Amino acid sequence: MYNSGKVIMGIIIFLLFVAFPFYYNIGRVIATPDPSLDTPVINELVEKKCVEPREFMRVEHMTMLNDWKDSAIRDGRRAYINTEGKLFEKSLQNTCMRCHSNKERFCNECHTYVAVKPYCWTCHIEPKEKKL
Amino acid sequence: MGKFIKKPNDLMQIDYKSPQTDWMDTPADIREHMYLHPTKAKELGAVDFPNIHEWKPADKNWNLPENWKEIVLNGIKERLQKYRSFHVFMDICVRCGACADKCHFYLGTGDPKNMPVLRAELLRSVYRKYFTTGGKIFGKAAGARELTDDVIRELWFYYYQCTECRRCSVFCPYGIDQAEITIIGRELTNLLGLQPGWIGGPVANCFMKGNHLGLEPHTIKSNIEFMLDDIETITGIKIEPTFNRKGAEILFITPSGDLFGMPGVYTAMGYLMLFHELGLDYTWSTYASEGGNFGFFTSNEMAKRLYSKIYSEAKRLGVKWILGGECGHMWRLWHQYQNTWWGPPDFMEAPVSPITGTRFEHASSAKVVHIAEFTADLIKHGRLKLDPSRNDHLKVTWHDSCNTSRGMGIFEEPRYALKNVCNHFYEMPENTIREKTFCCGSGSGINASENMELRMRGGLPRANAVKHVHDIHGVNTLANMCAIDRASLQPLVDYWVPGVQVAGLHELVANALVMKGEKERTTDLRGEPLPQKSAQKSGGKEDAKDV
Amino acid sequence: MKILFPFFMVIALILLVIAGVSGAKMHFLFGVVIPYAALFLFVIGVIYRVTKWAKSPSPFCIPTTCGQQKSLPWIKQNKLENPSSTAGVIGRMALDVLLFRSLFRNQKGELRDGSRFIYGSDKWLWLAGIVFHYTFLIVLLRHIRFFTQTEPFYLHFLETFDGFLEIGIPKLFMTGAILLAAAAYLLLRRFYIPQVRYISLPADYFPLFLIIGIATTGILMRYFLKTDIVAVKELTMGLVTFAPVIPDGIGALFYIHLFLVSALFAYFPFSKLVHMGGIFMSPTRNMTGNSREFYHANPWNYPVKVHTYEEYEEEFRDKMKMAEIPVEKEPIK
Repeated sequence: MYNSGKVIMGIIIFLLFVAFPFYYNIGRVIATPDPSLDTPVINELVEKKCVEPREFMRVEHMTMLNDWKDSAIRDGRRAYINTEGKLFEKSLQNTCMRCHSNKERFCNECHTYVAVKPYCWTCHIEPKEKKL
Repeated sequence: MGKFIKKPNDLMQIDYKSPQTDWMDTPADIREHMYLHPTKAKELGAVDFPNIHEWKPADKNWNLPENWKEIVLNGIKERLQKYRSFHVFMDICVRCGACADKCHFYLGTGDPKNMPVLRAELLRSVYRKYFTTGGKIFGKAAGARELTDDVIRELWFYYYQCTECRRCSVFCPYGIDQAEITIIGRELTNLLGLQPGWIGGPVANCFMKGNHLGLEPHTIKSNIEFMLDDIETITGIKIEPTFNRKGAEILFITPSGDLFGMPGVYTAMGYLMLFHELGLDYTWSTYASEGGNFGFFTSNEMAKRLYSKIYSEAKRLGVKWILGGECGHMWRLWHQYQNTWWGPPDFMEAPVSPITGTRFEHASSAKVVHIAEFTADLIKHGRLKLDPSRNDHLKVTWHDSCNTSRGMGIFEEPRYALKNVCNHFYEMPENTIREKTFCCGSGSGINASENMELRMRGGLPRANAVKHVHDIHGVNTLANMCAIDRASLQPLVDYWVPGVQVAGLHELVANALVMKGEKERTTDLRGEPLPQKSAQKSGGKEDAKDV
Repeated sequence: MKILFPFFMVIALILLVIAGVSGAKMHFLFGVVIPYAALFLFVIGVIYRVTKWAKSPSPFCIPTTCGQQKSLPWIKQNKLENPSSTAGVIGRMALDVLLFRSLFRNQKGELRDGSRFIYGSDKWLWLAGIVFHYTFLIVLLRHIRFFTQTEPFYLHFLETFDGFLEIGIPKLFMTGAILLAAAAYLLLRRFYIPQVRYISLPADYFPLFLIIGIATTGILMRYFLKTDIVAVKELTMGLVTFAPVIPDGIGALFYIHLFLVSALFAYFPFSKLVHMGGIFMSPTRNMTGNSREFYHANPWNYPVKVHTYEEYEEEFRDKMKMAEIPVEKEPIK
């Protein structure tokens, strides 16, 4: 006996499983993230530079924030001297968010795209942005 | 060939260390007492096996037919297309090794090629070489190897060191069944004429004369008459069974081993006494006088050929259904193959016990009922008057046969009957019974005398478990319901656990059976004096009140 | 040799990517062409294998019965270990596929003191096996976040569960580490258990090295040598929407990871890894044990030469007659 029906059903289930990412995206808008640097504070900067170079910030910002959190909260060490020797305060709200005041268009842009849920806002109060 | 003289202590020195050389580079050591002798053309008579020729297993040259390689490769190809089991099992093994120490031959020999996984790889490596792309390209790195005559020698040697017991398949995460692979492997060697005589001879007998032992009709009758005389001596009751009688309600078939030799005949006496006591309308057949099927150990086709007799005889005699005696591989075949080969036998009726009225629903298509099912039903309904104290001199343990365990699943029926006919019953350790039962070491047609070392080694795990209950509980009787067990367990326990006798279930049933009009029994069926008689108990024991 | 060959195969694959990406700048080949080809091979290959098996019938009803059969009404059948209905078979298969039931039976048989066999429960292989497969599945399912624009319902639940230890940033997903540990165990038992070492083929080591390579590069990328995952997702989304792009800023480590995964997918249908499909096709597990109750047909059943009763009686008629056994035809006097 061949049980062809069951075998074909099995193959279909296999295909549905493997092809899931392909059909799941049909009809959904794929928006490549484009984090915005258009905030009043950044616009006023002469030299548009973050605490560390852009490439570093892209991949390591979460580690840096975590280190900041640990040393600031646990040890009370709030001074951060960057690779260029400049001094910053280790503070999400007073340092990062001062420039990047547009969480929606800056942080969320990528986080949503790669389905990451940072837990910054379990302690910090999430900034209320004015909807345009 | 010298006599097998190794002592149990010598055999117990088992070396489980693998050889230094890779298994592909370690040729089979085909040595005395570990293999079966070849069949001769004259023994086969009218059965036509292909390429039967003169050869000696110990020789380097086996006189294979000129196109042997082609025969084997075509044989593999054909069987891949015929058997999904074979095809899938050739592909999906991950060599996790879970099966390794489950095989009684590995435990008993320590030979790594007796690990089911490696025994399968012997053939799988050839499959890869000729039937898979990876094997063709990468060769040895992909686990593939050339088919040489050394490979054939190795296949032959090790596929007759597998009793198709299926224990490995219980533990395999994918259910890979070495029995399926062994069956195919043996078919392939059979195609080359490498048929062992111990199997070929009985096949020829069975084909022409109706049974493995080659008992002719009048001999069957006279053998049974001898038993009837003994029964009369013991019980004072004269029994008159019928042979080849048309119009009987039931056709009774049992392995011919029960009709010849100890202790099988005691079981056959048990059947005769039970059926007489019930007044069963049944007949023996001298044509369909074999329940077993050694054809199954040569090829599927031969197995089918030998079994044509069963349903055709039932049709000729016009019986309503078939009752089958105690046998192992017979019941694997009757349960899983027979109906597919020759059925469904719709000229018969769904089996109903004429004594209790029980309809054997689970056998309604194949119309074959196992005698343990039949007897358990009788006892449950309180239809047998039993005096278990007549077995009080026996301390009994139960050996589940491989085939009825893992190819059928009949566990409770015989135990129920056994517990009702004897008072001293002890189970062997849990890991050695039921679906995990160990083989007698002589199944699948290798119960010859020239391969005694192999049999003693293969049966060692079984014997060791018997020894356990023998030492602890003083067990002196190894009960079972398989003709090959009855024939082969006795020498096995004599070797490893002296002081234990082997008995069939229905021998013990008949010992306890209180028959109408019987005289005071003084001996059991073997002529051994009965123990001090205790108060007679009625049949069914605690269950009698349920009826 | 059996171990080194597959090990160096995997090393060679890694070097190939480094040369191809860092050296020859063949990003498109390694980022787009090979993944597509691998997936294609995987899907077609698996279907091919399954169909090939399916073309061979199951001529006989041969389940391995691991429990009491269905017989008399007062005897309790073991409906899962010896099923007689489709529901029972589904239950049995589910136990085997989802919980590795058969492997759970595993026990060690040993000869002690040269005189008695001892059988002890041995669940390590089962444990490593099931942990390996489930962590692999979870890791695979977690990766869906690289392949869909809006995350599917289960992802958040899965990540919360997987990261509940809340260690580090990005928080540690247990399954990755456990997968690596389980794969390492499976590898080490092949080295150190002599019997298993003896039966192991290069084809057993290769997928383990491959998977260890995949898990290691994945873990490195997530926790240690981070890569720009926005760019990675642009690449992966390009693949699933059939609009492939090669964004800048993706390190070679990612290409190694992707290439090893591709190698695994492409290798899958041509190796023992097809046990994934095979387990569903295994006749000793997926059949009901009731062939005395229901007729099982064999599609290639063919007539065979038999010895008929007439032929038998012809040979033995006189002897039968003498023994007073009934015959069909009277003997010629």
